[in-house]
Amino acid sequence: MSKTLFDKVWDSHVVKHIENGPDVLFIDRHLVHEVTSPVAFLGLKNRGIKVLYPERTFATADHNTPTRNQHLPVKDPLSANQLKALEENANAHNIPYWGLGHRKNGIVHVIGPENGITVPGATIVCGDSHTSTHGAFGAIAFGIGTSEVEMVLSTQCIMQPKPKSMRINVNGELSEAVTPKDVALFIISKLSTSGATGYFAEYAGDVFKNMSMEGRMTVCNLSIEMGARGGMIAPDETTFEYIKGREYTPKGKDWDAAMEYWSTLYSDNDAEFDKEVTFDASEIEPMITFGTNPGMGIGISKDIPLAESIDGSPATYKKSLEYMDYNEGEAMVGKPIDFVFLGSCTNGRIEDFRAFASIIKGRKKADNVTAWLVPGSHKVEEAIKEEGILDILTEAGFELREPGCSACLAMNDDKIPAGKYAVSTSNRNFEGRQGPGARTLLASPLVAAAAAVTGKVTDPRELMHEEILA
Amino acid sequence: MAYDKFNILTSSAVPLPIENVDTDQIIPARFLKATERKGFGDNLFRDWRYNSDGTPKEQFVLNNPIYSGKILVGGKNFGSGSSREHAAWAVYDYGFRCVVSSFFADIFRGNCLNIGVLPVQVSPEFLDKIFKAIEANPKTELEVNLPEEKITILATGESEGFDINNYKKQNMLNGFDDIDYLLNIQKDIEKYAESTPL
Repeated sequence: MSKTLFDKVWDSHVVKHIENGPDVLFIDRHLVHEVTSPVAFLGLKNRGIKVLYPERTFATADHNTPTRNQHLPVKDPLSANQLKALEENANAHNIPYWGLGHRKNGIVHVIGPENGITVPGATIVCGDSHTSTHGAFGAIAFGIGTSEVEMVLSTQCIMQPKPKSMRINVNGELSEAVTPKDVALFIISKLSTSGATGYFAEYAGDVFKNMSMEGRMTVCNLSIEMGARGGMIAPDETTFEYIKGREYTPKGKDWDAAMEYWSTLYSDNDAEFDKEVTFDASEIEPMITFGTNPGMGIGISKDIPLAESIDGSPATYKKSLEYMDYNEGEAMVGKPIDFVFLGSCTNGRIEDFRAFASIIKGRKKADNVTAWLVPGSHKVEEAIKEEGILDILTEAGFELREPGCSACLAMNDDKIPAGKYAVSTSNRNFEGRQGPGARTLLASPLVAAAAAVTGKVTDPRELMHEEILA
Repeated sequence: MAYDKFNILTSSAVPLPIENVDTDQIIPARFLKATERKGFGDNLFRDWRYNSDGTPKEQFVLNNPIYSGKILVGGKNFGSGSSREHAAWAVYDYGFRCVVSSFFADIFRGNCLNIGVLPVQVSPEFLDKIFKAIEANPKTELEVNLPEEKITILATGESEGFDINNYKKQNMLNGFDDIDYLLNIQKDIEKYAESTPL
């Protein structure tokens, strides 16, 4: 029988199927961080059991960590306590722990792929909804709640009904300055934040075939923002080249055996999907959001849609625009901004810093802008330095912070003040997401860079053309 | 770890007719720093419920004494966003045992089921009827009948069925959790693990 990529990986991981109930799904890799794990470890303690497969479990500190002076003790006592709990739990259960200051430390969804923990055909979970990132490698990866973290720690399985399948095709060539982030924001704006709820997505077509692994990670990362549990892309040469030789990927004969399996991971020609949508790449322009969910995005040259043109409740739409202090029909270009945040598991990788640097090179940070540039990991930080990007940033008046989730969810001190506008490369523009009262405009690293040097929402293509003329 | 059993719940309800209520609204990230599961109800809907100086926002429904009960009724796409189970914990800890909406985000729905809060998905039309019934009489009662998979507006007698898979239904009725089940099949799991490379 023909199968989708998703079917192949899911079906081979079912330990037991319960009639009119969930599947018992075996989990190959479990990533753990400080915020969603302490209560799960407490559950194990109360039951008097140990982690079943610590060698399949990896722990890092990222969500509530400071992005400055990481060599000093963490000031916030609650954050410090959570970090201490994770370190103690990891030690007690023999789980590798890459805490603050460790050279492999960073955002959980950046360090997984970086260290070869993420491989095609694997099942990967983490108590974080952006676990969908790892689907870029042809893995089934999704976020789970703390009760499920406890399940995986204690039994290496979770119980989930099999989601429906959906294929999202984007064919053709992307236009100038259109990045993977724009592709994802475009798809979400078309499908809405609940358009893929109940589905697991596969991304297919020219655009994803031609995309780098970093770009694929950005796209899969944002799958959850259209409601999908996860999204995946069939592994190919780009994938294999990226993972080969990384610390945890198979070596020698094991690599050959793995390659044999991985080369079977694609949707069969006549595989059927429960839902399929197709977009033309040429329709996509650099995107920006204007509201309070990631589905409220538009091409940067467009105006804020009129309430009457919107699906869904007008009252909810009005509430959203009121929060942003925007009006329907206004242009986004030219809107003043106060902060720029480059980073997160969505856009905190080396390619994102390269893109940002390409715009700011030879320009200066606008005086009215506070910029927080936060690498996704120490390895990204090292690459920024090695490639000379740090020099470009410094020259333009920017500084680099230390790795972590930072202002994406503002659990640490990196909070956007109430009422201020931030152009952010992160993943959520919910009310208060980046700090109580903060107003977030989601965009690509190019759009963020253009805003950082002009102090307002600016189409990056303008600056790119300016450069050509110069 | 067993949780409360759920059978038939009859209660008045708290209406929140807003769409896309995300888990950052249900509990903002800055309140996720605990290492134990307690006290989350105090910060349920924190930034909609309180001003920055800690005084209550009078117009928010949880601060309006005419509304109360163990059922929270929300707009479409309830619980979207982050996977934080703290959102479901906050809903539970505040005193809700059931959330009704016309559409739930996946992870939030799963988290609720895993801690003994029943997510009841109804049609948009029935959701509208519930909101109207509460508007007409804030004390109006709903009956959520898990054995029969049915929700009824008692004042009007209008009812609608809802779906829940049988495995989860039995768990809710008996207060069992998934780990009890999984620990019982550990031999099967270990056998599977032996056959799969790291």
